[in-house]
Amino acid sequence: MSQDINTKKLKKNAFRVTKVRGKTASRIRIPGGYLPASLLSELQDIAQTYGNGSLHITSRQGFEIPGIDFADMPTVNEKLQPLIETLEINQTAPGTGYPAAGTRNVTACIGNRVCPYGCYDTVGFASRIEKAIFPNDLHFKVALTGCPNDCAKVRMHDFGIIGMTLPHFDENRCVSCKACEKYCRRKSVQAISMVNERPVRNEEKCIGCGECVINCPMRAWTRGEGSKKRYRLTLFGRTGKRNPRLGEDFIKWADEESIIKIILNTYDYVAEYIDRDAPEGKEHIGYIVDRTGFEEYKKWALKDVELPSEAIVYSPLYWHGPKYM
Amino acid sequence: MGYRMDQAGINRVFNGLAKEYRLFAPKCFEYEGAFSDTDSIHYGEVQTIEEIELMKKSNHSFKDALLPISETLFYFTEDEVKVADAPAKGALLFLRSCDLHALKRLDAIYLQNGEKDFYYKRLRDKIKIVLIGCEQAFESCFCVDMNTNRSENYDLSLDTIDGEYYLNCQFREWDMLLKENALEETIVMPKHVTETVTKVHVPDNLTAAVAASTMWDEYDARCIACGRCNFSCPTCTCYTMQDIFYTDNGKVGERRRVQASCMVDGFTDVAGGGSYRKKHGQRMRFKTLHKMLDFKQRFGYQMCVGCGRCDDVCPEYISFSNIVNRLDSATQEVSKNE
Repeated sequence: MSQDINTKKLKKNAFRVTKVRGKTASRIRIPGGYLPASLLSELQDIAQTYGNGSLHITSRQGFEIPGIDFADMPTVNEKLQPLIETLEINQTAPGTGYPAAGTRNVTACIGNRVCPYGCYDTVGFASRIEKAIFPNDLHFKVALTGCPNDCAKVRMHDFGIIGMTLPHFDENRCVSCKACEKYCRRKSVQAISMVNERPVRNEEKCIGCGECVINCPMRAWTRGEGSKKRYRLTLFGRTGKRNPRLGEDFIKWADEESIIKIILNTYDYVAEYIDRDAPEGKEHIGYIVDRTGFEEYKKWALKDVELPSEAIVYSPLYWHGPKYM
Repeated sequence: MGYRMDQAGINRVFNGLAKEYRLFAPKCFEYEGAFSDTDSIHYGEVQTIEEIELMKKSNHSFKDALLPISETLFYFTEDEVKVADAPAKGALLFLRSCDLHALKRLDAIYLQNGEKDFYYKRLRDKIKIVLIGCEQAFESCFCVDMNTNRSENYDLSLDTIDGEYYLNCQFREWDMLLKENALEETIVMPKHVTETVTKVHVPDNLTAAVAASTMWDEYDARCIACGRCNFSCPTCTCYTMQDIFYTDNGKVGERRRVQASCMVDGFTDVAGGGSYRKKHGQRMRFKTLHKMLDFKQRFGYQMCVGCGRCDDVCPEYISFSNIVNRLDSATQEVSKNE
């Protein structure tokens, strides 16, 4: 019997059309790429029972299980339920799998759960963004990285969130060992100079990497932001055919709440300005901004956003990268 | 005299003592650790018992109250000098037995080693000691082997049992204040540990000859010369002088002394550009033998008190107690080569 499959529908249910006729693949988003190890046996079971026994670790920190018969999709969706519940994925109805596939998995480096350089809990923030923006069919890519090393390569995403440390200096605890000056000079941007035996931080130059804090043996340098974390937000980096490019700085010293609000505002903006005739209803945000101009985007993005006093907003933004069209 | 007290009682006592003393105790500074979302435990001023971190070891010691990390000694103008004021109040230091033994070492260096140090003495003369009892040793402690696990020369002792506080007062003037706020008078002996997980053995035949051992070479690469071991050590007493001319007016300024570390670059720099101990392994050798050999030759007892803070704070996981335990085989190695 020949198969009658609504491919539009299955894609929105996080399956895909594969090159093997009659076979689909299940795409499993893991926000922040962090999951309890116990869930791996669920994935193993699905791959061995319904797929071809293999499993791909995707480039967006998910899993893709190939070789599944279209007919098995409802069963696979049911099997995914424990994952969806444990990972707290926003779902429309239980047992129906992942409800949308347009907005991509929110990716993150391991962050401060493990890494000494991480300026915040990347995975925790990724989950909060997940909660705020899913399910959604629009093509958005959000990535988080713990520090300016940017191991998560967030500048290749629509929204790049880079952890920052706002260093606070207590001169009464400084012994002039110059560790901060040395590490800032050799590993970062040389924002610290010694004046009268004590470090002076060039606030404009400082990228908030936290090297001064990590390497201070005295706790003279501490993270002045405490629990109120600060971030650099970069916009509209992308890969792809026409004009791949790195994201540009939009806000330095932004806070979590503002970033979530800006992302949500961007959904409104895209809903308004997306090319209705775009193939598969999919258009990278950056191309939309190229069309409307950055100022129009900025107006939408910053609507009702209250940034912390130290935040710096960059405008206008100019992107680069090769242009093939 | 011994007392049993509840939280409200001990805080009333603190309140009473605060009239004359600033209370310095190990304290948890939230979000002030080196890594994000970590805390730092070091000494700070407290008003209440709840602020004192009694369960964890501090990374820095009480010495910061007597040898301030950075201390302005005097201010100078073109032709006048003004000695910096000392705090009006005395200091009440909350510390453990190892640290109280460390205080003896600080005194040896600053008060019994030639001229008495004016700045140390004026703070030292106005301190009182609250000994925090140790129910059990922390993982890196080796006080028993350094013979510092017991102390009797305290003014007040403090133990916590089932949410109540047990204090033994040896400073008569406080008895009235304590009695008024106690639940009852009772016999109190501060707790002390008799066994530690970490153990050290300093060889009896240790001499400076061990400096020639190859054991030090490994630390050339392993040690990053950050100085955390020294800064956290309650017995390290080195400082460096800084004469500062204020940037807005180059004719006035101050002299301050700041804690120094024999592991950090610059410590052995001399005029003409020389530096005596360039290699980190040689700095490790110097520090180790100062703690375990030189000081004893001069004062008759070991400098190291076995608090284990240097092991706790080393970012490269170099264990000083392990270095001490390697001295035996290093001594044998050197004697074979002779």
